[in-house]
Amino acid sequence: MTTNIREQLSIRQERDLIICRNRVKEAAVKIGMGIVNQTKLITAVSELARNMLIYGGGGNVLLETVTRGREQGVQIVFEDKGPGIADINKAMQDGFTTGKSMGMGLPGARRLVSEFFIESTVGIGTTVKIIKWKNG
Amino acid sequence: MTTKTVESLREKHDLILTYWISQREMADDFGGNFNSSDDLKAQSSELLEIVLKTITPENITDPYSPDLQPLFDYISGLTISRAKQGFSPRETATYIFSLKDALLRALGEIITDDTQELYRTTLEVSKFVDNIGITSFETFIKGREEVILSQADEMAELSTPVIKVWDGIIAMPIIGTLDSARTQVVMENLLQGIVDSESSIAILDISGVPAVDSLVAQHLIKTVNAIRLLGADCVISGIRPEIAQTVVHLGIDLSKMVTKATLASALKYSLTTLQLEVRRVQKDKSN
Repeated sequence: MTTNIREQLSIRQERDLIICRNRVKEAAVKIGMGIVNQTKLITAVSELARNMLIYGGGGNVLLETVTRGREQGVQIVFEDKGPGIADINKAMQDGFTTGKSMGMGLPGARRLVSEFFIESTVGIGTTVKIIKWKNG
Repeated sequence: MTTKTVESLREKHDLILTYWISQREMADDFGGNFNSSDDLKAQSSELLEIVLKTITPENITDPYSPDLQPLFDYISGLTISRAKQGFSPRETATYIFSLKDALLRALGEIITDDTQELYRTTLEVSKFVDNIGITSFETFIKGREEVILSQADEMAELSTPVIKVWDGIIAMPIIGTLDSARTQVVMENLLQGIVDSESSIAILDISGVPAVDSLVAQHLIKTVNAIRLLGADCVISGIRPEIAQTVVHLGIDLSKMVTKATLASALKYSLTTLQLEVRRVQKDKSN
């Protein structure tokens, strides 16, 4: 895999979400992603970044464009040092929430992207990595 | 700094002022910094007087000392008035920092025998003047932040207009991101609009919303529920094809709401609901 765009963003407040979404959109447009996949990716990023802000107390986002074989895509890593997720399987279920939201963020984001990895340790933090392929 | 040094500095007020002004007048940026030498003299004299009055051997090393408050207030006032006159932060800061040169030159004349003491005092004075400069910058930034905050408020107000499109039908186009604060404004305006215009149908157009995620969807559902409590109906319009696909993948159920692709079809639906009809009128040309 080779990398072209590489950008580090920090999510500390609600307006950072807008900046983050716009950067991701720019990267997606740059590799020529279609409007439907763009919207799916941006929505997933919006969910994950907001989760990080609300439950993880903010964190960092690493945005990269990646290539695997002939396929191009956008990879985004969300990293926070929040309380972590006690039961990932439960958190990945539709409708499960510890807050007041709909509980669609994590499972919904997984359905919107091509690849989804989550890792969390209670008391240390949570890392989510997503990849959306241009034609994925 | 010793009390004696402070007193000597106070005695040298006029001399320091002369040093300061002559240095300012020779500086390259003088033209942009003051309208005339009289302005410079009046303001500098006032500022120097306050600095010399406030400075004591104790508070010179303590930037958070309460007796420095009058000085900081004066600096804030000075910064604001200069900002209003169109001076840049750099010009104001350069002006304040140039006081350091004059003070240090006077110090060199007061402490002539003890280089160690001169070095220590120089450092203290230098930090003190830096601190005044920082206060000036903070005032600038605070001013800017106030402007930004009030603009954000204004934008939230401006960007959510309630439009009466027909008797009994109101519409609200939403442009931009729908966050919690924005939803609150949207909901308040829309509900008030329904009551004021005695409308029975509200159209919420989201063509201008870049992404509909679960939070936006949740806000929409809440708004629709609130509208129903008022006895009115709500139509969500402006659902673009890509948004429709995304919402389905996200797993959000919006099927309980009336949704339309365009504002035109939402209006058509509303008119049908109100048992109204739009027809082309055949012009009678016989007379």
